[in-house]
Amino acid sequence: MSELTGLLAIWYREFKVFTREKSRVISSVLSPLFFLIIFGAGLDSSVSIEGISYQQFIYPGIISMALLFTSIYYGVYIVWDKMIDFLKEVLVAPLSRTTIFLGKVLGGVTDAVIQGTLLIGIGFFLNINFNLWGLPFAFLIMIITSAGLVGVGLLIGSLMERPEGFQLIGSFLLFPLFLLSGALFPIDDLPSWLAPFTYADPLTYCVDALRVVLLDAGQFPLYFDLTVLTLFAIGTTILGTLSFRRMKL
Amino acid sequence: MSIIRTVNLSKRYDKLVAIDNLNLEIKEGEIFGLLGPNGAGKTTVIHMLATLLNPSSGSGFVNGFDVSKHSGDVRRSIGIVFQEPSSDDILTGYENLRLHAMMYGVPGKLAKKRMDELLEIVDLTDRKDDLVKKYSGGMRRRLELARGLLHRPKILFLDEPTLGLDPQSREHIWHYITKMVKEENITVILTTHYMEEADMLCDRVGIIDLGKIVVLDSPNKLKRVVGGDLVRLRISKPNLEKVRKLGFVKNVDFDDSVVTLKVIDANIHLQEILDVIGLVESVEMRSPTLNDVFLHYTGRQIREEAPEGGFYARVATHRSGR
Repeated sequence: MSELTGLLAIWYREFKVFTREKSRVISSVLSPLFFLIIFGAGLDSSVSIEGISYQQFIYPGIISMALLFTSIYYGVYIVWDKMIDFLKEVLVAPLSRTTIFLGKVLGGVTDAVIQGTLLIGIGFFLNINFNLWGLPFAFLIMIITSAGLVGVGLLIGSLMERPEGFQLIGSFLLFPLFLLSGALFPIDDLPSWLAPFTYADPLTYCVDALRVVLLDAGQFPLYFDLTVLTLFAIGTTILGTLSFRRMKL
Repeated sequence: MSIIRTVNLSKRYDKLVAIDNLNLEIKEGEIFGLLGPNGAGKTTVIHMLATLLNPSSGSGFVNGFDVSKHSGDVRRSIGIVFQEPSSDDILTGYENLRLHAMMYGVPGKLAKKRMDELLEIVDLTDRKDDLVKKYSGGMRRRLELARGLLHRPKILFLDEPTLGLDPQSREHIWHYITKMVKEENITVILTTHYMEEADMLCDRVGIIDLGKIVVLDSPNKLKRVVGGDLVRLRISKPNLEKVRKLGFVKNVDFDDSVVTLKVIDANIHLQEILDVIGLVESVEMRSPTLNDVFLHYTGRQIREEAPEGGFYARVATHRSGR
């Protein structure tokens, strides 16, 4: 019981921080939006993929991009908690590290899903013809994916000492994951030597699943995407929890 | 009954011995101070007792629970105010407290009552809905004091509670600490390198240097070891013979109409001295400080405003010692 309240406590804090740090929210919605509006519209007239317009095609990819950036940066942000010594207050509380980790994940999933939802809303106004019946599935996909990605972020963050590595994470993790995921083009168009990387990229399955439920497109069956994403989320949760248990002050 | 007990508690980092076979007994209800220079190992002791650091050997018992085996029970028994501010500055004071109450499983209604009570004690009721970002250093420390007591711990650890505060805020914090101890009926263990602080607040003080307790007693008894207070009297014709016969006078110097006496508990015996010595022009009295005690036992002074060196300062001290 007290562990559950503890989990809610961690989530409560993250949510408060989220509602206060408006610049973080705005910037993480804005850059996907630029991709969607400028990049998407720019290529829209000349490119169409699998019978759908380019802007429509990248729409699920753009939502995935928002999930990716928000979730990973959210997780890595725990370094900041270390810096301001707030993490000590949390770690000295009579809560298990698993609870603390799960509370953090819950907070990150909330952030990411809110932003994904904002983008879905904006897509509605941009005349993206997505399936309304797909929305509940889209939520499920966003929740599972961001749970996995937040786990990755927290794992990295728990191993980091200082926030200096933030830039590196963008260049070496986020952009490769984003570009390899097929967010901007069908993954079949990539040279074959890149195929293994694409299949190893968890975001590929998020993009694909969203494409299936929102646009009736996509390459894999939905159950397959969901299975991969769920395994990914379970895997990072296990690794993240272990890493949290070892984390020193 | 000792509420905290350590048996040969030690912490080693590679070759460096941070804490060397510490044996401590802290009584329920007392304010106990660990006084020592930066890098003496004070924080290491606190962190081991708060289960944030595993001892290398030996054992520690807090509220009857073994720190190595029952960390959950130990954590529920203690509150801690860290050396560095550890509240979240993007939350309000009230939210920080609420978060703490939730993490420690204090039920909602009770938590609210406690929060209001404690905010009142530390005089932050008016500012409770401001972001902690906008607090001064002293206010933040007060908030964290209140937070440390929110879940009604039996023991409160204060790690350098006034480090980095200006003298006025420091006195405020002392005031709040004594007030809280009185109202909450708890045991306090504090670390400090301010002699005045240890002297003011603590029932007993353990002087710690290079990971070892050098001496442990009440501040007054410790200062007595140094040999009593210094009393200087300006007087032209002192009756030195009679003064020498007083049992509490340990040393007498007379030079150019100034008598300097070393007196045990001069504050109590001043009248008796004045009664026998004759007509004095002026009297000046100085008590020995804990710094004199530290000097007496280690041959060094505690440098009050030394920069925070922690671990590296320790290494440096070791090297220079060779």
